[in-house]
Amino acid sequence: MRASLVNQLRVLVPIKRTIDYAVKIRVASDGKGVDQNVKFSMNPFDEIAVEEAVRLREKYKDAITKITVVSVGPPKTADVLRTALAMGADDAIHVEVPDKAIANPLEPLGVSKILNEIVKKAGEEEEVGLIIMGKQAIDDDASQTGQMLAGLLNWPQATYASKLEFPSGKVEKGAEAQVTREIDGGLGIVKTKLPFVMTTDLRLNEPRYASLPNIMKAKKKPFKKLSLKDLGLEDQVKPRQEILKVAEPPKREGGAKVDSVDELISKLKEAGRI
Amino acid sequence: MIATAMLPRLSLRRTMPLSRGFATSRVDLANTLVFLEHKKGVFNPATLSALTAAQKLGGDIDALVVGGENEAADVADKAAKLPGLKKVLYAKHADFANSLSEPLAPLLKKIVESNSYTHVCTGHTAVGRDIFPRAAALLDSSQVSDIIGLEGEDTFIRPIYAGNAIATLKSSDKVKVFTVRGTAFDAAAQEGGSATTEEVKPEGVESLTDFIEEKVSESSRPDLATASRVVSGGRALKSADNFVKYIEPLADQLNAAVGASRAAVDAGYADNALQVGQTGKIIAPELYVAVGISGAIQHLAGMKDSKTIVAINKDADAPIFQVADLGLVADLYDAVPEMLEKIK
Repeated sequence: MRASLVNQLRVLVPIKRTIDYAVKIRVASDGKGVDQNVKFSMNPFDEIAVEEAVRLREKYKDAITKITVVSVGPPKTADVLRTALAMGADDAIHVEVPDKAIANPLEPLGVSKILNEIVKKAGEEEEVGLIIMGKQAIDDDASQTGQMLAGLLNWPQATYASKLEFPSGKVEKGAEAQVTREIDGGLGIVKTKLPFVMTTDLRLNEPRYASLPNIMKAKKKPFKKLSLKDLGLEDQVKPRQEILKVAEPPKREGGAKVDSVDELISKLKEAGRI
Repeated sequence: MIATAMLPRLSLRRTMPLSRGFATSRVDLANTLVFLEHKKGVFNPATLSALTAAQKLGGDIDALVVGGENEAADVADKAAKLPGLKKVLYAKHADFANSLSEPLAPLLKKIVESNSYTHVCTGHTAVGRDIFPRAAALLDSSQVSDIIGLEGEDTFIRPIYAGNAIATLKSSDKVKVFTVRGTAFDAAAQEGGSATTEEVKPEGVESLTDFIEEKVSESSRPDLATASRVVSGGRALKSADNFVKYIEPLADQLNAAVGASRAAVDAGYADNALQVGQTGKIIAPELYVAVGISGAIQHLAGMKDSKTIVAINKDADAPIFQVADLGLVADLYDAVPEMLEKIK
């Protein structure tokens, strides 16, 4: 049973290039940011989003026509888009901002406006029916962009997802999805309809590694570059926040090692902790 | 129309600091709305911390509570007793009962705009993180998430890079939308206030999402987010059974909440509601006992503000010892039973 083209779904996965999670960051000498001469990679939550999109297609084959990854950032952002293509996405859109933008990064509000425009633009050729993105970037820790985008699109949102299911087995516009969300105290289950925005939690899946042949193949996949000017958003995404200062957190010194449980207990009693 | 176009410029001029690096808190300007998160009438502790943060802004503070048809008014009466509130607005609707963002974000926007609030805040909780950015986008405001301090009405302090750097930023938004880290501000008292209550009639509530069910881990132990003592277990526990056998009795003996590292949660040893770390709960108890936890960056981000950190780990080089006040290099399978026996 091939689904008719009309019902097929284009999935959009917004991703971000961030300092690699294993890097011990250092505050920059100007005290306005952090040292950028370190290893960068795809934001881990976004890897999970790419993986989920690819798995969705593996499970529902014909239902998904295209997985498009999009990223906003300086020239080197192309690297993480290529990684996503190697993981199984079909085409990439790079909204390029100048290198100096790293010092004055776009805020989630600006990024969500860009993504909102991309969804409209992409819709001219093929409508986007589902957006999957990370729940937060590990650099700014804002946890806003997905919710903001859903608000601008007036789409439903399912944030902090650890499970995505389609009870009817249909994956098309208007089809019902059931999402298990991580909430304070446990799990919450919601039902919503496509199109919607979903943000990923860590437990959604285990992202695959891109194999060498797939990395080679990814080089041939369609890759579109856009500027803020192309999108007519230069003035609308200007930062609203001025970073006055970035500082090291107060350092916590490790204390003493104790030799025995007895000593541990007596020290805790001395300190009035037990 | 001209007047409204000038408003933001005007307020910007008036909030300029008098000199560089000297932030003035213009108490005459702040007009704050605190969204009070509650569950069946019990206020979320982080929401009470958000109220404390709002009080630091000065100016008038109102609160908003929402709930199902039969609870909103009662919760509003409860909220009226919180200190420092002028007015408690409440809105009831069947779709408000489960704190879903789609119906609540437009309500927030409408209330903020019609009352000319300059600031709107709530706790940086699962609910706050879900609703607030959506509302911020509708208000065209660049949200400030998870603040740990404020210096004046437009200058906020927040952790970035999992708490490995602390940013101080100045917001030029007309409406400042922010969420508050619960452990960074004391919880407001729950009595002493006498605010008025006022119902807001929601219009055209649109529900794009249906709430199905909640699976909440029930526990008689203290709540992890607010407990004064926490005993946390890591990957070294090796199984869910061992978690029950070693971590829970120690927690009970110390009257502590149970926590877990991400590794322990991912391995299925503990429920994910117990996860301490950047992607779980961020806590700051008096006493934090880390058992069989190595101390990955993301875990430390969730507990490094604890007053006393105790680490029990076989590996003397585990990073957890770099932040622990008291470290015991020992096999937890020997040390924990010995502790149980000797703590009386």
